[in-house]
Amino acid sequence: MRPDRTPATLVAILAALALGGLVLPQWLLFILTIACAQGLVVLGLSLLLRAGLVSFGQALFYCIGAYTAGALSRAFGVSDLLAQMLAGTAAAAAVAFVLGFLLARYRGIFFGLLSLALSMIFYGLIVKSETLGSTDGFNLAKATLLGVRPDEAWVRYAVLLAAACLTLLAALLTHRFLRTPLGRLGPAIKDNEIRVEYMGASVRYAIHVNYVIAAALAGAGGALAATTVGHIDPEMAYWTTSGEFVFIAILAGSGSVIAPFLGALIFGAIHTTAYDLSPNTWQMSMGVALLAAIVFLPDGLWSLFTRLRAAGAGPK
Amino acid sequence: MSPILDAQGLNKAFGAVTAAQAVSAAIERDSVVGLIGTNGAGKTTFINMITGYLKPDSGSIRYEGRDITALPPRDISRLGICRSFQIPQLYSSLTVRENMLTALGIMLHNAGRGGFLSFGRPDVPGHDAPAEEAADRILARFGLSEHRDKNAQVLPGGMRKLLDIALTMAARPRVLLLDEPTSGVSAEEKFGIMELIMQAVKAEGATVIFVEHDMEVVSRFAGRVLAFYDGRIIADAPPEAVLKDAEVRRYVVGTLHA
Amino acid sequence: MSQIGPVLVDGVIYSAWLFIAAVGLTLVYGVMKILNVTHGSFYALGAYAGASLTGAWLAKGYPPMLSYAVLLGGAILVTLVFAPAIERGLLRFMYAKDEVVILLVTYALFLILEDTIKLIWGVNPYFVAEPYALLGSFEVGGLKYPTYNLILVGLALALSAGLAWVLHSTKVGKLLAAVIHDPEMSRALGVNVDRFYLVTFTLGCLLAALGGSFTAPTVSVVPGLGVDVIVLSFAVVVIGGLGSLPGAALGAVIVGLVRSVSVHYLPQVELFVIYSVMALVLAFRPRGLFGLAEPRKI
Repeated sequence: MRPDRTPATLVAILAALALGGLVLPQWLLFILTIACAQGLVVLGLSLLLRAGLVSFGQALFYCIGAYTAGALSRAFGVSDLLAQMLAGTAAAAAVAFVLGFLLARYRGIFFGLLSLALSMIFYGLIVKSETLGSTDGFNLAKATLLGVRPDEAWVRYAVLLAAACLTLLAALLTHRFLRTPLGRLGPAIKDNEIRVEYMGASVRYAIHVNYVIAAALAGAGGALAATTVGHIDPEMAYWTTSGEFVFIAILAGSGSVIAPFLGALIFGAIHTTAYDLSPNTWQMSMGVALLAAIVFLPDGLWSLFTRLRAAGAGPK
Repeated sequence: MSPILDAQGLNKAFGAVTAAQAVSAAIERDSVVGLIGTNGAGKTTFINMITGYLKPDSGSIRYEGRDITALPPRDISRLGICRSFQIPQLYSSLTVRENMLTALGIMLHNAGRGGFLSFGRPDVPGHDAPAEEAADRILARFGLSEHRDKNAQVLPGGMRKLLDIALTMAARPRVLLLDEPTSGVSAEEKFGIMELIMQAVKAEGATVIFVEHDMEVVSRFAGRVLAFYDGRIIADAPPEAVLKDAEVRRYVVGTLHA
Repeated sequence: MSQIGPVLVDGVIYSAWLFIAAVGLTLVYGVMKILNVTHGSFYALGAYAGASLTGAWLAKGYPPMLSYAVLLGGAILVTLVFAPAIERGLLRFMYAKDEVVILLVTYALFLILEDTIKLIWGVNPYFVAEPYALLGSFEVGGLKYPTYNLILVGLALALSAGLAWVLHSTKVGKLLAAVIHDPEMSRALGVNVDRFYLVTFTLGCLLAALGGSFTAPTVSVVPGLGVDVIVLSFAVVVIGGLGSLPGAALGAVIVGLVRSVSVHYLPQVELFVIYSVMALVLAFRPRGLFGLAEPRKI
C-alpha cells in the first residue's frame, strides 16, 4: 500500500503559510484566508461528488455558518474566531441532519434541484428580513483569537494562521473519514448503488453522513469568510454562490483533501487577475475555464498530479 | 433437520404477468440446488424475492426458522444470504482489489470495526485477517490475483462473472444464490469456471442455489433440481429424474436431451 | 376582501410573464433532457436586443406603434445569432454525457454569455419605456393597470395555444413525441433527431428571449437580469413537472398567484413561499404536478 503522504503535505503547507505569511502583502493574506474558507466548502462538496451527487445548495450551509458567526458577533459580542467557526459548524450540521433525511433519497438532477430550492428558501427568508439588514446584510466586529484582539498590522496574519490551523484540522479529520470503510463507500455508491445495498450497507445512511459532514465544513467556511470579510449579506445563500463552489469543485477534482484548497486558491487567483485585467470579462474567463475543465480534465486538476505520479513511478 | 431456507406459497404478479405461482421449496443445509427453466419462467423472480429485492404478493420465506419475507436486500445480506448477478454488478471505476476491499470494508463497518475512532488494522469478521489479506486470499481462490490492479471495467466477461461471485464471498454467506454463473462464458470454459466457483464456495461451507441453462452443468454440479415454467415449479427432484420428466422435457429442456 | 381584484389581476399578469419566461426551459428539458442554464442568458439577450433596437428605432423617429414588432424582431434576431451556434458548436458534443455534466456546461455558457452581453451592450442600464406607456391604462377595482400588461397575457395565451397545437395536431408534433420517448429508435427509423434538437433548443431560447424582450419596456435593463429569472423559471418548471407544457402553465399560475398574494399581504415571505412550494413539490411529488411517471432514481 502506498504510504499516506497527505497529512505530511498538509502540515508542510501550514508551515509554509506560517513562515511565508510573515512577508506576504496584506491583500494576499486576505486571499489565502478566503481560499481556506471556500476550500472548506468545496471539500464538503467533493465528498458528495465522490458519491455522484452534485449539490447546488451548499451556499445554504455556508450562509448559515456566516449568519451564526454574525449573530454571535452582533447579539452576543462574541468575536472569537474559534467560537464562531465551531458555532457555524454546529448550526450547519444540525440543519443538515434534519434535511438529510429528505435529501438522501434523491439522486441526479433532483438532488441538485432540491438542494437548490432549500438554499433559495433560506435566501428568501433572509433577503427580506429587515432585522438582518435586507439586501445589505450587516457587518461584523473584527476577529479576536482566544480573547486577544490582534494589532491592526497583525490581524490578517493572525487570522490566516488561526484559520489555516483550523482548516488543517478539518482536512485531516475529513481525510481520516475518507479512509474508514464508510468513507470509502462514495465511489462505490456512484458506480453501483444496488450492489452496495446487496453487500449489506445502507446507501441512504452513507449519503446522510456525507451530507452532514459537507454541511459542517460549509458552515465552518461560512463563519470564517464572514469574519475575514467583516460583512455578511444574503448573496451568500444565492444560487450563484453555490454555483461558484461547484465550479471550484469541478476544477479541483475530488482526488485528495488538498485539491479543494488548491482549486480555491487558483480560482481566487484567476478571479483577481482576470478582474483586474478586465472587469467585464472575468466571468467569461471563468466560463471558459469551467468548459475546459469539463472537457479536458473531468477529474479535476488534481488528476494531473496523480497522472504525473503514475508516470513518474514507471511501468508496473 | 429443518431446512435452512424455506419458501412457502410465493405468489407474485406484475399486472397481467404471473411471475410466481404458489412457489414452494425447502432448501436443505449444505445442499446444491439447480434452478432451470426458460427465460421468464420465474427463476430470477424467485431469487429476487428471497434476497428481498421483490416482495411477494403472498407467501412466506423463512431463513433458519426466521421470517425474512419483508426484509430489504441489505438486511438479508447481513443475515448471510448473498447473491451474484446475471449481468455482473461491479464497481466499474474501481480496480478488482478495490472492489473486494469495498465488500470487506462493509463487513468491517457492519461489525463496528475500522471506524473513525479505531486504529491499526482490524480483522474482518469471519476472515481472521485484515481487509487487504482477506481480499488477496479470496481473489486468489477465484484465480483473479493477476488482475488485482486492473479496473473492473476492462476485465473480460468470464473474469467479471468470477469477480461478481467472489464479491459475495466477503460476507461469508451461509446461502449463496448464483444467477447464471456461467452465462457469457464460452462452452469449453463453463465446466472449468463452475468447478472453480464450487470449490471456492464449498470451502466456505455454504448452501448453493444456482440458475443454469446448460443441462450438463446442472447434472454435474446440482444434487437437486427445481424446474420452473410459467411461474410454477413443475419438477423438484435429483437432476437425472428431473431431466427425464416429461413436462420438463417439453417446456424446459426440449427433446434434444434424450 | 376588496383586495381580491388587484391580487387576481397582478397574479394573472405575473403568471403570464412567468409562463413566457419558463416555458422554453421545460420544452428543452422535455425533448433533450437538458436543464438549460443559458435560458436566463437568452432572457437577458432578448431584453437587451429588444430595448436597444427599440430605443434606436424610436430615436430615428419611426412609428412608435411598430416598436412591438421591433421587440419581436430583436428577440428573434438575437436568438438566431447565438442559439444555433451554441447547439451545433458545443452542446451536441455533450449529449452522451450525464445530465448534470450538461447542466454544468450550460452554466459555463451562462457565465460566458453574461460577459458577452456586457461587451456588446456595455454596463449602463437601458430604459426604453415608450412601448409600455404607449397603450395607456385600464382600471380594475379603482386601480390603474398599464394596458401593455395585456400584451403579456395575450402573448402567453397565444404561445400556449400555438405550442399545444403544434404538439398535438401536427405531424411534427407526433414525430417530436417519438423523439422524446426514444431518440435512438427514432434515429433508426429515419427521423432527423439532430435537426429536432437544433430546432427545439433554438425555439426554447427564442421563448426566453421573447420573455426578456417584452419585459424590457417595463424595467431598467441591467447586467445580471437573467440571474433571477433562471432560478425562478426552475421553480415554475419543477412545480409543474419537468418537460410538461401544461405543467409550465400550472406552475406559472401557482407561483404567480402565490407571489401576488404575498406581495399584497405579507411581502417578506414572497421568495420564501415560492421556493418552499418548489421544495414541497420536490419532496412529495418530484415529477411535478403534471409530470409523467418517470422512474425516479431510488
